[in-house]
Amino acid sequence: MKLIFERGKEGQHCTLLPVCDVPVTDLKAPKRERPLHLPHVSENELSRHYTELAGQVHGVNNGFYPLGSCTMKYNPKVNEKAASLRGFTDIHPLQPKHTVQGCLEVIKRSEDMLCEITGMDAMTMQPAAGAHGEFTGLLLIKAYHDSRHDTKRRKIIVPDSAHGTNPASAAMVGYDVVSIPSGVDGCVDLDKLKEAVGEDTAGLMLTNPNTVGLFDKNILAITSIIHEAGGLAYYDGANLNAVMGIVRPGDMGFDVVHLNLHKTFSTPHGGGGPGSGPVGCKAFLQEFLPGKQVEEKEGALAFALPKHTVGNVKAFYGNFLVVVRALTYLLTLGKEGIPEAAENAVLNANYMMHKLKDIYPMAYDETCMHEFVMTLEKMKHETDVSAMDIAKALLDYGIHPPTMYFPLIVHEALMIEPTETESRETLDEVIGVFREIYDKARENPGAMHEAPVGTYVRRLDEVRAARKPVLRFAGFEK
Amino acid sequence: MGSYLPNTEQAQEEMLREIGADSFDALFAHIPEEVRVKDLNLPSGKSELEVMEELENMAEKNRRFRHIFRGAGAYNHYIPAIVGSVVGKEEFVTAYTPYQAEISQGILQSIFEYQTMICELTGMDASNASVYDGATAAAEAVAMCRERKRDRVYVSAAVNPQVLQVIKTYCYASNAVVEIIPEKNGVTDIEALRGALNETSACFYMQQPNFYGILEDADALGSIVHEAGAKFIMGCNPIALAVMKTPAECGADIAVGEGQPLGLGLAFGGPYLGFMAASSKMLRKLPGRIVGETVDRDGKRAYVLTLQAREQHIRREKASSNICSNQALCALTASVYLSAMGEEGMKQAASLCISKAHYLAAELEKAGLRPKYSQPYFHEFVTVKQGKSSKILNKLEENGILGGLMLSEDEILWCATEKNTKAEIDLAAALVKEVCEE
Repeated sequence: MKLIFERGKEGQHCTLLPVCDVPVTDLKAPKRERPLHLPHVSENELSRHYTELAGQVHGVNNGFYPLGSCTMKYNPKVNEKAASLRGFTDIHPLQPKHTVQGCLEVIKRSEDMLCEITGMDAMTMQPAAGAHGEFTGLLLIKAYHDSRHDTKRRKIIVPDSAHGTNPASAAMVGYDVVSIPSGVDGCVDLDKLKEAVGEDTAGLMLTNPNTVGLFDKNILAITSIIHEAGGLAYYDGANLNAVMGIVRPGDMGFDVVHLNLHKTFSTPHGGGGPGSGPVGCKAFLQEFLPGKQVEEKEGALAFALPKHTVGNVKAFYGNFLVVVRALTYLLTLGKEGIPEAAENAVLNANYMMHKLKDIYPMAYDETCMHEFVMTLEKMKHETDVSAMDIAKALLDYGIHPPTMYFPLIVHEALMIEPTETESRETLDEVIGVFREIYDKARENPGAMHEAPVGTYVRRLDEVRAARKPVLRFAGFEK
Repeated sequence: MGSYLPNTEQAQEEMLREIGADSFDALFAHIPEEVRVKDLNLPSGKSELEVMEELENMAEKNRRFRHIFRGAGAYNHYIPAIVGSVVGKEEFVTAYTPYQAEISQGILQSIFEYQTMICELTGMDASNASVYDGATAAAEAVAMCRERKRDRVYVSAAVNPQVLQVIKTYCYASNAVVEIIPEKNGVTDIEALRGALNETSACFYMQQPNFYGILEDADALGSIVHEAGAKFIMGCNPIALAVMKTPAECGADIAVGEGQPLGLGLAFGGPYLGFMAASSKMLRKLPGRIVGETVDRDGKRAYVLTLQAREQHIRREKASSNICSNQALCALTASVYLSAMGEEGMKQAASLCISKAHYLAAELEKAGLRPKYSQPYFHEFVTVKQGKSSKILNKLEENGILGGLMLSEDEILWCATEKNTKAEIDLAAALVKEVCEE
């Protein structure tokens, strides 16, 4: 379809701003000389352009979205309604504190509820996304060791099954990354962990349930090995949806945790953001938190600076409207609804796995948490149909593919996370589709490389995109 | 209580039975019993009606100002109606990152269009798909410039203090040294910058217009930075970019900024939008997602996430940044805003900002507030009146006006935009006059 720059024509525009009612002043500094090419479209044309674009997007509202590790649950509409209240959207972040008591209450209540869910003592809402939360959490670990003049702790231990952000975040905080191999059961190999820890261990980053969808039953031993070595334990909250209200990171021995409000707490992903990645910590780390903490003082809420703060990781107080949405969700579910959501997320995943495992080999064939990983290695070997081919075939059925080729420790991996907001009927339909695709792959493997055929575009030439990058429209008239 | 579970209790029980579990507990058997949650100390869930009531109560505890003369990093601009209508479309709102290009062309193309518009605004060669906000964009830009032998970072004292704080935090993380170049008469002290730079300098970050609203001599600053072999980063106001000399024309290697003025609400500080654009030489160091044009198997034009070899899911600990989730929906907001405004609308908005701010400054001066600086400014400026800041701001607040930001008891940083009418400005000036004459 056309780009917005290829629509409309010179002279077309929207009428938005008034004529100037004060004397017109000209810019008294050097001006831009280069032309400013922006679209010239009427409002109707503009509106239709984006309606057409929206038609080429698959959102949670369009159908099943079992993207492993991303928790694509339904995004409740009341969250959006709450976040669009003008008493939130029209508030300047630098208003006097007595005029923003409602905003402070949103932050305080969210922090309190999330502390209870994670078993942490304090929380900051400033980080804007999960990776930003990781960066922030590692800064707390660094600040802690620095405060004790324990400067030899230069290493962060990360299992080889971890999300790529874990090692990248550790590197941003100047740490050396020690990658430890997972055991045959997909969990942390305790012997390897014991070998890896020492006086140079700053901490461990761990996702539990881990990235193969299993709850690491040795979790208490793992965190105590780290603590005995003098390191701190960091909980990557990417998979909290499986265990919220069931078990708390703080009780498992973790010192720092980040959450993804855009996964676990139902705020929408927005095509890639904005998210929100609050970081919680145990009391002994609170003094290092970034941003400002909301405190109650003389009957009113106020901001207070943590005593030895690592500084701000972002301007202002985080992606506030995302926090409003998450609070709306937390208040709706409450103490009963939160564990119930986790239970059903786990049930749905096990149900799908159970109904597929006779034909799709599972990487780890045991009770999974909220997601499971299948391996298409055998299929690939026998028929040359890859995980990618199966994923692309799903597109023709209106189903968003699972996460592909992750975790790296499983070959030809497809990672499926159905979430709790899908009905049994939907799961049954999707199971039927997976089985149908399996049969097709066996009968006519060659055709699988052609999929998808019914989408707006077909498989793309990604090599060309990277080799000769075209990153902007260049067709403006000179 | 509220719930979004479609399966009835009966269906849940049947499903449990089918997988051979006698209860939910059986699914969580790997979790050590001693750490299982016994009682979650949270309020019970509520109906949608009750929850909405609670949120409305919280929103009402905030004060919405109809008249705003405060900026300092968050700006009160008009948001065209079409913006909310487009950005509220469920497909855009509820989709994930467009990893599956075949069913994500709508998002991918919109990002490609956004990248084009950011390149147009800044004059730079390539833009990424957004980062968290203007402050993190500045910090990420600084990280792009560091090399083994060049690891000292210089920042003008005349930038937004919050941006400086975030740069400092990121540099604390990576053990980089940050040196502040002092300001002189409201702008970067150019001789101090010249004296500070050497062969270990990685980059210099400045803001245009700066924190006090003043348009600095960016050309001169850039030349000095380049003479020392360091990189030149400019943080820019996107509305001002419609009229002021672009970072590309000033020789910047990287241009960043806070995109909030492009159609995003004040929203108590977020979500906002960090935009980032670079010269083609620095393209492969740009962090975050980038969309490129290509073709599909049938030769049809299409868009895809590209240059992913830079990113953390491939580079892992060798990646220069860890950013994944960005501010995609905010970038879409900016695209729709810029499309609705067009070139003329953007120039009109910029001109209105300049005119209103200068009128406000003139009226405040008549009322008794002396302008602190004499250099050209965009839509913000500082006034001086000994010991009166609190009184002035309180007086305005009593009358439903959010005045400028208090820098000290003597100084206030004011801002005006296209939303401020003459009548509003006259009212504010009259109130200020009353206080000054007390």
